[in-house]
Amino acid sequence: MTALLVFVGAAVGAVSRYLTDRFVRSRHDSVFPWGTLTVNVVGSFVLGCVAGTGPTWTALVGTGFCGGLTTYSTFSFETVRLLEDGRHRQALANVVVSLVAGVAAAAAGYLLTR
Amino acid sequence: MADPGVAGPRVPAPRREVSAPVLLAVALGGGLGGLARYAFAGLGLPGTVAVNVLGSALIGVLVVLVPRLHPLARPFLGVGFLGGFTTFSAYALDAVRLGDLRAGLYLVVVVVLALGATALGMAVTRKVIGRKETG
Repeated sequence: MTALLVFVGAAVGAVSRYLTDRFVRSRHDSVFPWGTLTVNVVGSFVLGCVAGTGPTWTALVGTGFCGGLTTYSTFSFETVRLLEDGRHRQALANVVVSLVAGVAAAAAGYLLTR
Repeated sequence: MADPGVAGPRVPAPRREVSAPVLLAVALGGGLGGLARYAFAGLGLPGTVAVNVLGSALIGVLVVLVPRLHPLARPFLGVGFLGGFTTFSAYALDAVRLGDLRAGLYLVVVVVLALGATALGMAVTRKVIGRKETG
């Protein structure tokens, strides 16, 4: 049962990430990966909110949806691509902003729901 | 060029309609990636580190191979499976729970390992492909 909740949550999360990224790309003609930054910060906030709730919510929304919505692989690849393109400042900015905003969002969600 | 997935092309792709096969590939890949990550859940924080570094290495391999693969390979394997397998949210919450200096150390160590893994995955795959083509 838990595995099914994780599967469904992660599938919905991944599709939400894909659609969000498409939407952001259609609005911002930029090489900076705003789409991935957006889903990673939003997903970190939501995970902070559901952390410590019951096992069903944790599986469906936490492990499933938030895990599927956020991505480390794409964050890493987009940063390496910026570095390869010689955009070192944007690569550094992507790392710093993602880390600071992601952790702040997770902390905010965590504290708000306590 | 492949579909404008999350690991998209260098130049922003022209707008296209969302296609049902691509959405299905992302959903199925994402669900399976999430399940694979769930298998590491019992390991706690080291499990999160493992999926994120492993997934970052594999995306490096994939992006080099993608031009030779089926058009649905990127949405299924890259956007879907590896995106669902790796997690930024658990990484951020790990840091919140660690707190203080340990959080900073954790954040930096993982990001360095992941970027190195992606770069290594790309370099090794390019080398193997180049050898195949010249040899």
